Amino acid sequence: MPELFHRKLERSAIGFVLAIIAAASVGGIVEIAPLFTIDETVEEAPDMRVYTPLELAGRNIYVREGCYACHSQMIRTLRDEVERYGPYSRAVESQYDRPMLWGSKRTGPDLARVGGKYSDFWHVAHLINPRDVVPESNMPAYAFLARTELRTNDLGEHLAAQQALGVPYTDEMVANAARDAYGQAFPDSEAASGVSERYGEATSVSAFDGVATRLTEMDALVAYLQVLGRLTDAAFRDTAATEQAPDAED
Amino acid sequence: MEVNERDPVTGRETTGHEWNGIKELDTPVPRGVLMFLIVTHIWAIAWWFFVPAWPLGTTYTKGLLGVDQRTTVEERVVEGQQERSVWMTRLESESYDAILADEALMQTVRGTGRQLFGDNCAACHGRDGRGRAGYPDLTDDDWLWGGGPELIEQTLRYGINTAHPDTRIAQMPAFGRDGMLERDQVRSVAAYVYSLSNPDYSTDENLERIEAGRDVFATTCAACHGENAEGKLEIGAPNLTDARWVYGGDLQTIIASVHGGRQGHMPTWDERMTDAEIRTLALYVHDLGTGQP
Ligand code: HEC
Ligand code: HEC
Ligand code: HEC
Repeated sequence: MPELFHRKLERSAIGFVLAIIAAASVGGIVEIAPLFTIDETVEEAPDMRVYTPLELAGRNIYVREGCYACHSQMIRTLRDEVERYGPYSRAVESQYDRPMLWGSKRTGPDLARVGGKYSDFWHVAHLINPRDVVPESNMPAYAFLARTELRTNDLGEHLAAQQALGVPYTDEMVANAARDAYGQAFPDSEAASGVSERYGEATSVSAFDGVATRLTEMDALVAYLQVLGRLTDAAFRDTAATEQAPDAED
Repeated sequence: MEVNERDPVTGRETTGHEWNGIKELDTPVPRGVLMFLIVTHIWAIAWWFFVPAWPLGTTYTKGLLGVDQRTTVEERVVEGQQERSVWMTRLESESYDAILADEALMQTVRGTGRQLFGDNCAACHGRDGRGRAGYPDLTDDDWLWGGGPELIEQTLRYGINTAHPDTRIAQMPAFGRDGMLERDQVRSVAAYVYSLSNPDYSTDENLERIEAGRDVFATTCAACHGENAEGKLEIGAPNLTDARWVYGGDLQTIIASVHGGRQGHMPTWDERMTDAEIRTLALYVHDLGTGQP
């Protein structure tokens, strides 16, 4: 019987092509079907704010440097992960992440809730040379970030692109992107007040790399790391885990 | 193109396809592989009924087993909390003195504390708590803010120089950079501070500078670091007379400290940890400080 079926299939080119398409599309359906119920599975987070231009620039650097090759941003629904890193990641927490950076490779620890865990000073020292603060670390050094001026002239376009993808940036945010990036890293500048106006009082405005005269890629990356897990406290609601919510930014 | 032609070498039938004289054999999938595929397919279809599988418009099939990773992990976490509750509740509610007196409970503190310390504090203070430049050694008995468990708890809970309203504040002004002291004054007061822990430095050659520094210290620094430069716990001003330094005790680093100021930042743990965890760590650090290995 199987012999006969096989023989028929092998001898009919069109039939065989159709069979291949049918088999291969199963993989597609399995990935696409869950999207039909996305409204049921993604929680609400009305308190969530968008990334500031500086944080978004930092995120782009994170992608460019391939940090995701060693770090995940996804706390899984497993007891040991929840006990170590905090509440497991909710879908809504990455609703503005385009592309998402969940990852699955963990040479280093998960970073989904690293925001606020260390000081800016530590992050800068660690990125300049991880061995200076964690002697056994095998993370590469990124000292050049502190020497590289951040490119801001195209930040407005980055925000506009995110806006087109459905991230709720206002036109005002897009228009002021470069200015806000400066403001967030120069607490004493005039531009600083615009950042808290547009992105909320709790947005951290600081000389992230410790040098308040130059806007570097280090400023952007540290600003991004310090906001990870702090855009919303959705994950801290309704959980058995006894952690308390950090002050969600905004 | 003959159907049912047999290949003389293998004895198999050909499919009848031929390219440039090469004929394709009709070799069926081996039976074992076929059976395996059939069984896994049956298994997969059965599994659809047991676990959440298919979207149905606005909902999805929930499955007969009723598993949901979210409730599963929450149950596991609660289970873990219950397993630990025997000693966790004691750590949470009993007085520090009572816990310190209970050697068995302190053994638990040392085990759990080490774990918590590794996950949260080691990146700055080092695995063994010995610190490094900019991050104080927690194993000595030389404290910035005090080594009693209550004082350590306060340091942990609210942090140092953080955004928390109850934060401890450690502000060493930037005397040189902000122009409060002349370049020369910075150098002489640094020389004086250096001489306190390095008596050898007080040679005739340096005496004049050290004496000038002593005057600067009395007027500018003593308010925070104390008349004898032995520090003040209430404001986190370190003792400058011993060999233990946060940032470094060589002359260059002392000059850098006075010139640029120092505002160490220690994060708050109030939001990240439970009360029991913070108290465990306070005891663990206190225990490190009393010279335990
Ligand atoms: C080769 C793998 C690798 C790459 C690439 C890498 N890291 Fe790491 N990272 C590690 C390891 C290992 C650790 C743990 C040891 C340490 O703290 O240095 C770590 C630790 C960290 C931590 C501290 C996390 C914690 O909770 O203690 C941060 C933050 C971090 N990395 C950020 C980054 C950023 C940002 C990048 C990209 C610029 C990056 N890493 C690239 C391996 C890597
Ligand atoms: C981002 C780096 C960082 C991390 C992480 C960190 N600390 Fe600290 N810690 C510091 C710094 C910097 C100081 C000194 C602050 C100052 O200059 O007054 C400090 C001070 C302290 C002190 C006061 C020491 C004294 O002499 O009074 C204690 C106690 C302490 N840390 C314990 C901990 C514990 C326990 C943890 C883990 C929960 C931890 N720290 C995590 C940076 C850190
Ligand atoms: C307003 C209070 C204040 C005054 C005034 C002050 N200090 Fe400090 N000083 C501190 C504090 C607080 C620290 C700890 C800072 C930290 O660790 O973040 C410190 C740290 C230092 C350190 C670093 C110690 C180490 O362990 O590495 C030196 C050196 C020092 N002070 C010297 C001086 C000298 C010299 C003067 C006078 C010119 C002075 N200080 C005046 C508060 C003060």
